[in-house]
Amino acid sequence: MSDNILRARGLKKHFTTGGVVMGTAGVIRAVDDVSFDVRRGETFAIVGESGCGKSTLARLLMRLLSPTEGDVIFDGIDVRNLKGRDLTALRRDMQFIFQDPFSSLNPRMSVGKLIGEPLETHFPDMSGAERRAKVSELLDKVGLRPEHAERYPHEFSGGQRQRIGIARALASAPKLMIGDEPVSALDVSVQAQVINLLGDLRDELGLTLVIIAHDLAVIRHMSDRVAVMYLGQIVEQGTVDTVFQHPRHPYTRALLSAIPVAAYGQRLSQTALHGEMPSPANPPSGCRFHTRCPYAQDRCTSQAPTLRPTGNGEDHVAACHFFADIAAAEPDPGRVGTPPRAAGASARFALYQDAMQERANVRSGQDQKQQAEPKPFHQQESST
Amino acid sequence: MSLVNTEAQPDLLVVQDFSLRFRGAPSDQINRVSFSVGSGKTLCIVGESGCGKSVTSLAMMGLLPAGAAQINSGKMLFEGQAMNLADPKAMRKIRGSRMTMIFQEPMSSLNPVFRIGDQIVEAVKAHSDATDAQARDRAVAMLQRVGIPAPAKRMRDYPHQLSGGMRQRVMIAMALVNDPALLIADEPTTALDVTIQAQILELIRDLQAETGMGTIMITHDLGVVAEIADTVAVMYAGTVVETGPAERIFNDPQHPYTIGLMSSIPQLTGARGRLSTVPGMVPTARNMPAGCRFSTRCPFARPVCTTEPPLVEIGDGHQAACHFAPLEIKLKESA
Repeated sequence: MSDNILRARGLKKHFTTGGVVMGTAGVIRAVDDVSFDVRRGETFAIVGESGCGKSTLARLLMRLLSPTEGDVIFDGIDVRNLKGRDLTALRRDMQFIFQDPFSSLNPRMSVGKLIGEPLETHFPDMSGAERRAKVSELLDKVGLRPEHAERYPHEFSGGQRQRIGIARALASAPKLMIGDEPVSALDVSVQAQVINLLGDLRDELGLTLVIIAHDLAVIRHMSDRVAVMYLGQIVEQGTVDTVFQHPRHPYTRALLSAIPVAAYGQRLSQTALHGEMPSPANPPSGCRFHTRCPYAQDRCTSQAPTLRPTGNGEDHVAACHFFADIAAAEPDPGRVGTPPRAAGASARFALYQDAMQERANVRSGQDQKQQAEPKPFHQQESST
Repeated sequence: MSLVNTEAQPDLLVVQDFSLRFRGAPSDQINRVSFSVGSGKTLCIVGESGCGKSVTSLAMMGLLPAGAAQINSGKMLFEGQAMNLADPKAMRKIRGSRMTMIFQEPMSSLNPVFRIGDQIVEAVKAHSDATDAQARDRAVAMLQRVGIPAPAKRMRDYPHQLSGGMRQRVMIAMALVNDPALLIADEPTTALDVTIQAQILELIRDLQAETGMGTIMITHDLGVVAEIADTVAVMYAGTVVETGPAERIFNDPQHPYTIGLMSSIPQLTGARGRLSTVPGMVPTARNMPAGCRFSTRCPFARPVCTTEPPLVEIGDGHQAACHFAPLEIKLKESA
């Protein structure tokens, strides 16, 4: 199984809360027995709602937190007991992209410094000139300009800051990047730019991506395989196409049908799921989802289901006692039956795409002409 | 947009030609924004960060900090009564009773040191002569209505004891306890998970059907818009670039910004190709382009775009502020 770059085995992270003296001591089972493999070169997504433990899991993978139990094996090396030089090497090969581009960049460092810092740490032999050249190259790679190296984070918009964060993560030439909600703080149009960028970088540099997110549409767009988490456990896992078209766990089904779709006439007929996620300090017995599950039966309250194959293509697994019965009784809730876009909208989107393409061609033509006319069209007009 | 409604029923709220400039800014942040909403209907104002959607709603409520912004023009007609947007004092009487608002972050809009029951009671008593007991009864009934279990007991809770979804329910209860004619909801579900978001949207829809109130929903999420809107106003850099019935906006978008925005949303079905994007970013007040404010990012921009485009009627109340609307026809003409 050498093509698995990252393996998690029986990972657990329990946090203790409160104090013994006050009698409020408790254990939060943020991550409770999670195992999965990430294949080299793929994008693996972990999805779930707030409090499901997905961010804790990401930090365990990076060894920013130590697991209570279980192992993380990165490229054949158990990361649990790494120290000193070996840990530095792990930090070089595995990088993190943070959610909030406003708080994850030091406001007092110039962009050049921010991106140069990991170069200094991981490639101490690099000369200043080499480093500056590398920073320029990285800026170019993420769609910023070399002169941006002189500026400070506050001079950039959210999307640009996220690009800086990505350039910084790329600086150490990692094999794997973990993104914790890398696009969820961004506006839709900017989000699309960053999603495209991450996809391009993955293909160009042969990276493996692990994306933690709550937005299922973003995940579907970016990923090859997906694991759905609920209350610290994986409840379903498989290829994106299988999970989105034939979801088997009732939680996945509910999650998929709760997303509002940006198309007219797609209103949800009723609430998919009642109630809220229970506290991980006191998870329900048996199947943790049974308190909200519309299909729950007596067995679900006592016996915890394990992940087992659904028979829907390669390694699609779900942790539900009754997924076969549910699937037989109810059609797939995936948006398979969603009608295509309205004719007017499709025509308009095509028109827009063509115009964008045309613009891009004109731009690149201009660039080759030594940027003879760098101003946008309308400014040239207004100045004459 | 015309002040006169074509139907017999006059609009509940009409805002016309609203312009606002922050102190020291070289251009108007909000530029001649107009929209209207009818009783029992939902208008969604949609746009990305910085488009002015929240500032507009705060101005309607008279909640902009004094002196920070200068309102240059703007008429508001609410329940048949004309109001001057530049005079926030006039708004105090209707604010919280006839016109109420819920915000994105329920934790920071509830007072953390008062019990939620007391906060709702305060809202009731501020606008009526109800006795303490009457106000409490109304608060409990309202909490019950928004789906809070054991409401009489929950009245004694502090905001931190509730989950995000429950807090938003409390906010909704507080907003609706005085039976308003208009509810302004500023990103009410953005901080919530999708399953909870679905519950809150359903709740707002049910309450609206029950009370016949008009709703203005401010959001950046076109999925939420499709879910709840009767009419839509798309805002970009402080201007309404396109407005009309929801069906027309989704099925026949005409403004290049609306088109770009819609086509950059990742889909749950269909091919997973490269996402279409809107290049560049929103201009700041300092470098606001003359004429069409979207022209710096628009793939269709032409020399004429340095002049301000009027809102052109395309049919059925569908209007777009673009020199090239309707797009296919006008582009062909100009080619």
